[in-house]
Amino acid sequence: MSISIIESSPGADAITPANSPQIRRERREKQLRIILPITAILLAVGLWEFLVWYNEVPHYLIPAPSLIAKTLVTDWSSLMQSAAFTVKLTLMSLALAIVGGVALGMLFALSRPVEMSLFPFAVILQVTPVVAIAPLILIYVSNTFVALLICAWIVAFFPILSNTAIGLRSADHNLRDLFSLYQATPLQRLRYLLVPSALPYFMAALKIAGGLALIGAVVAEFVAGTAGQNTGLASRILESSFRNEIPRMFAALFLVSLLGIIIFLVTSWLSRAVLGHWHESEIKRER
Amino acid sequence: MNDPSQNADQGELIAMRDVDKVFGNGTVAVRDMSLNINQGEFVSFLGPSGCGKSTALKMISGLLSVSRGSITVNGHPAGSGSDGNDIGYVFQEATLMPWANVYDNVYLPLKLHGVNKAEARTRVEEVLSMVGLANFARSYPRELSGGMRMRVSIARAMVTRPKLLLMDEPFAALDEMTRSKLNDEVLSLWESHGLTVIFVTHSVYESVYLSSRVVVMAARPGRVVHDIPLPDNYPRNVDYRMSSAFTETCKKVSSALEGTLHNVDLNH
Ligand SMILES: Nc1ncnc2c1ncn2[C@@H]1O[C@H](COP(=O)(O)OP(=O)(O)OP(=O)(O)O)[C@@H](O)[C@H]1O
Ligand SMILES: [Mg+2]
Repeated sequence: MSISIIESSPGADAITPANSPQIRRERREKQLRIILPITAILLAVGLWEFLVWYNEVPHYLIPAPSLIAKTLVTDWSSLMQSAAFTVKLTLMSLALAIVGGVALGMLFALSRPVEMSLFPFAVILQVTPVVAIAPLILIYVSNTFVALLICAWIVAFFPILSNTAIGLRSADHNLRDLFSLYQATPLQRLRYLLVPSALPYFMAALKIAGGLALIGAVVAEFVAGTAGQNTGLASRILESSFRNEIPRMFAALFLVSLLGIIIFLVTSWLSRAVLGHWHESEIKRER
Repeated sequence: MNDPSQNADQGELIAMRDVDKVFGNGTVAVRDMSLNINQGEFVSFLGPSGCGKSTALKMISGLLSVSRGSITVNGHPAGSGSDGNDIGYVFQEATLMPWANVYDNVYLPLKLHGVNKAEARTRVEEVLSMVGLANFARSYPRELSGGMRMRVSIARAMVTRPKLLLMDEPFAALDEMTRSKLNDEVLSLWESHGLTVIFVTHSVYESVYLSSRVVVMAARPGRVVHDIPLPDNYPRNVDYRMSSAFTETCKKVSSALEGTLHNVDLNH
């Protein structure tokens, strides 16, 4: 009865796609997803500013956010140079981790014996803390940048390798049978079945590896100290701590976090862009 | 051989001779199975769970090897490659690629065989409208209902214009209405395309409604216990489903099937 009324007279209060409760709820949820975290962070920063001012905390203990911002401006060029160095180190190690991890992962997926003989090395690399190997690498590799790159690469490499190998194996068995039935060539099988099946695993690994590459880059630089001339954010932090320039330390720290956040956002966005239309992990379910 | 089906006298398509299948863990899935299937037959494999129906189907398609005996399809050993175009396989689950839309899922077999795009497009569109999904070519599998997914799977199996269609409990997970609708669709496909169909099912009614011949199998070890030719009264429709002839045939097949269950109980 009521249904037929709605169907026959799409009047002012008819439910149209534009103002249906569901769409409205979704729109509000979307806004909240942006507004809430930003408000929370702004409140926290404001509270910090207030507490520092109210308790008259000296800036060599905890600087106020406004002072950190001022330092960011005054030391802009040196901080940016360092940030550029860290970005370069992070992205290069991540790129190498992707190339190496995917290549080796494919090799693992293709051949069990290769996997069985090489996997222990990958595990050893993974479980040994990079802080512990870094000094050795710095001794053996004369070029500091290359040494740092190796350290960061070691950290970022493993998740990509293991997820690629697992992902390539995860293809549905009936789909595999289907490809056999139609006599797919190994290349067709890789391209149309194994790679798409592995993509969600790879994307998950990329999100992790992006953060790990940054951690690797910062940790390696800490171990290396301010050896090189063209040094990154970790060296700025160390240097500021020696000189007791706490606001500058916070400014550099802020840039490191910012970098991590950007990497996280970019990899998450990429994952959604690639998997959004089909994979469970990125599909928005309708209720 | 006195075969009931009208198109059945076009010669032998499948010959299974003394086939055994023993899995690595020692399970004897199929023992001593011999079966001849002629071109144009609609054969149902009926039997209790675990009696080797799927295994038999996979061996015929060449996806599984035989442990003993031989299977030929169209004169070639099963899975020898010369019949890749000629077999359509519908799995128990729809088995679609979740990352590809309906069109690309159905296009897959043609893509793997290097059929040119224009030709492929007409063929894909043809089979999609055949299963009533022409308007859903751009949808993704997750956006479809279970019955629609199954129809995509059937369309994919049909797109290479196979001579032999193997279906492994394709409608087991569907509701009664969708199921009987798809049954009619499969029947009309079979009748209009001169197909040979092997149809695995648990359901006596389904097997009697569809097939020209029911092969009843028993478990432990999986083997053929009855081979029942059914009356050649195609085209069948709802009227047949309601008729007393249908009920009679169902009774006959049911009692054959019950015999196999009895055997299982004795073995335990
Ligand atoms: N890959 C395998 N490895 C070992 N044993 C298997 C394998 N596949 C099937 N079997 C065994 O072979 C027997 C027959 O299995 P099959 O899948 O052919 O049965 P089915 O008749 O299709 O049963 P259902 O109706 O439940 O699908 C079962 O006992 C099963 O345990
Ligand atoms: Mg089965």
